[in-house]
Amino acid sequence: MVNLKVKLHNLEFKNPVTLASGTCGFAREIAEFYDPGLLGGHFLKGTTLKNRDGNAYPRMAETPSGMLNAVGLQNKGIDYFIDNIYPEIKDYDTQLIINVNGSTVEDYIALTEKVNELDNIQAIELNISCPNVKEGGMAFGVTCPGAEMVTREVRKVYNKTMIVKLSPNVTDITEIAKAVEGQGADSVSLVNTFLAMAIDAESRTPKLSTITGGLSGPAIKPIALRMVWQVANAVKIPVVGIGGIMNAADAIEFMLAGASVIQVGTAIFTDPMIPLKIVEGIEDYMKRHNMQSVNEIIGGLQL
Amino acid sequence: MSKKFVTDFTVVENKKLNSTNFLIKIKSDLILPEIKPGQFVNVEIKDASEIFLRRPFSIFEVDYKANTLSMIIKILGRGSKKLTQIEAGDSISLVYPLGKSFTYPKKNDRILLIGGGSGVAPMLFLAKESGLPIENVDILLGARTSEDHVDVHEYSNYANLHYASEDGSIGEKGFVTQHSVFTTNLKAYNKIYACGPDGMMRAIAKEAKTAEVFCEVSLENLMACGFGVCLCCIEPTNQGNQCVCTDGPVFNINELKW
Ligand SMILES: Cc1cc2nc3c(=O)[nH]c(=O)nc-3n(C[C@H](O)[C@H](O)[C@H](O)COP(=O)(O)OP(=O)(O)OC[C@H]3O[C@@H](n4cnc5c(N)ncnc54)[C@H](O)[C@@H]3O)c2cc1C
Ligand SMILES: Cc1cc2nc3c(=O)[nH]c(=O)nc-3n(C[C@H](O)[C@H](O)[C@H](O)COP(=O)(O)O)c2cc1C
Ligand code: FES
Repeated sequence: MVNLKVKLHNLEFKNPVTLASGTCGFAREIAEFYDPGLLGGHFLKGTTLKNRDGNAYPRMAETPSGMLNAVGLQNKGIDYFIDNIYPEIKDYDTQLIINVNGSTVEDYIALTEKVNELDNIQAIELNISCPNVKEGGMAFGVTCPGAEMVTREVRKVYNKTMIVKLSPNVTDITEIAKAVEGQGADSVSLVNTFLAMAIDAESRTPKLSTITGGLSGPAIKPIALRMVWQVANAVKIPVVGIGGIMNAADAIEFMLAGASVIQVGTAIFTDPMIPLKIVEGIEDYMKRHNMQSVNEIIGGLQL
Repeated sequence: MSKKFVTDFTVVENKKLNSTNFLIKIKSDLILPEIKPGQFVNVEIKDASEIFLRRPFSIFEVDYKANTLSMIIKILGRGSKKLTQIEAGDSISLVYPLGKSFTYPKKNDRILLIGGGSGVAPMLFLAKESGLPIENVDILLGARTSEDHVDVHEYSNYANLHYASEDGSIGEKGFVTQHSVFTTNLKAYNKIYACGPDGMMRAIAKEAKTAEVFCEVSLENLMACGFGVCLCCIEPTNQGNQCVCTDGPVFNINELKW
């Protein structure tokens, strides 16, 4: 038996395969296909302090090897989550991680304080990288002082595992990673979507209601992989790798580049079973390479 | 919680129905789950370089004995065009069954089912499943010309068939909302159901509202996942933005902001 267990700071994952925020709902949608407990973790849909309707339709456009989205953090707010969703999902045998979003530092703090009370949620993913919300999110994530401030203030009120999700829409992602590490982040996850655009030439109109949106899927994988490798080499805290992962080979590449845990995002839209196939594929790979622990893959890139 | 599946089906037949529509019948090795009219499947399009996401199609017919189901597909863009090429014996992957069904009519209800283009699929499925006697079920089918009409004569076993075409080449000339079945006495129906182009459904909804008749429509918003996680397919409703793929695709018109 190979050992698939990995640790991210204090957080133990039964395997390194998790689902990305905004692509697995609140895990109960996954439960309609299979037991969410088969996966290491679920990064739940981006949650804000208050209800958000999100952006107008159309919110998506298919692009070569990927898609654009402009959902804009539609969610019913943290109180609704606590009262109506949390009780239903809290006993899933998988790490449930809340993706925390705000437009002001006060929002992030108020939200985090509520999440802190939830016994079965041992970590947050601080999203400072959503490209689809005008008021903030990414505004914090694209400058070192902004990223430092949110991380520092949330750190003061949150004592479980804090993962900060980074935006790729920056000149040097390692600078932001080092900045949040300096303020007490336990881990960084990357990348969020790339700011992008699609136009319908026939109607001469943008395909998204918001004109621009976030690009995800295999189209971004090589860039995401490069960023994960750079960040893993720049910080000491563990890294969560995200971006266009479609199969076990992709997942292993991110782990070789230094990711301890990986998130599967858009891939699940094309086939909800992909995450399970990735778990199996990693096991296979370890057997073929005579590895006992999945930790032997992490950062194992040979130069 | 409704159980959903990702299943490889085998194509039984791929039949051209007319210049714009074709029918794909597929078979599973596994026992089919219960499937109701209005529900849909999300189909993988293989070996098409520009296509990344699945394509959603309504379920047209289910045969639990033969383990088959079929879809009526309109040739629109790259994905539907690619599907015209699949052949008997080919494998095709489905995520299904998705979405909620129409509200079933009550015993003794009189119902009007209106289908435009490939929107006929769920209407015929509902007519068959309604369990009502023929005289209680009117189906009104609209298309541009007789060439675009799907031949559904076997459905005369379940309903009275009426046709509208824009050029008058079959049935009455004009849109479905100009057809005598629609204009004569809408209040005579207990329920109206519609599936088709947005403009058609909005026009029907307007009249149904005025006549104060129960009316459900099936929406076809753009989708990425089809099972409620991406929040891309939303429609504004009285309950806020709802997902067409999980809260719909069938909506009561009084819930919509039309
Ligand atoms: C719940 C549901 C049930 C459906 N049932 C059926 C059915 O039974 N039969 C059937 O033929 N079709 C049905 N559709 C529509 C079908 O999904 C689209 O026609 C198909 O996805 C088009 O794919 P394509 O690759 O051929 O076109 P693409 O190449 O993707 O698109 C061609 C053009 O059409 C536009 N377009 C594509 N899909 C839509 C849409 N849904 N709404 C508005 N514009 C669109 C695109 O923006 C583009 O401009 C259904 C859709 C939904 C959501
Ligand atoms: C439809 C959609 C919604 C998303 N919503 C969120 C969100 O709420 N919070 C967040 O941090 N990231 C969100 N993301 C970004 C993903 O979590 C992920 O970082 C990104 O899609 C890249 O990974 P992928 O290429 O594997 O999808 C969303 C992505 C998509 C496609
Ligand atoms: S298509 Fe993803 S939520 Fe409806």
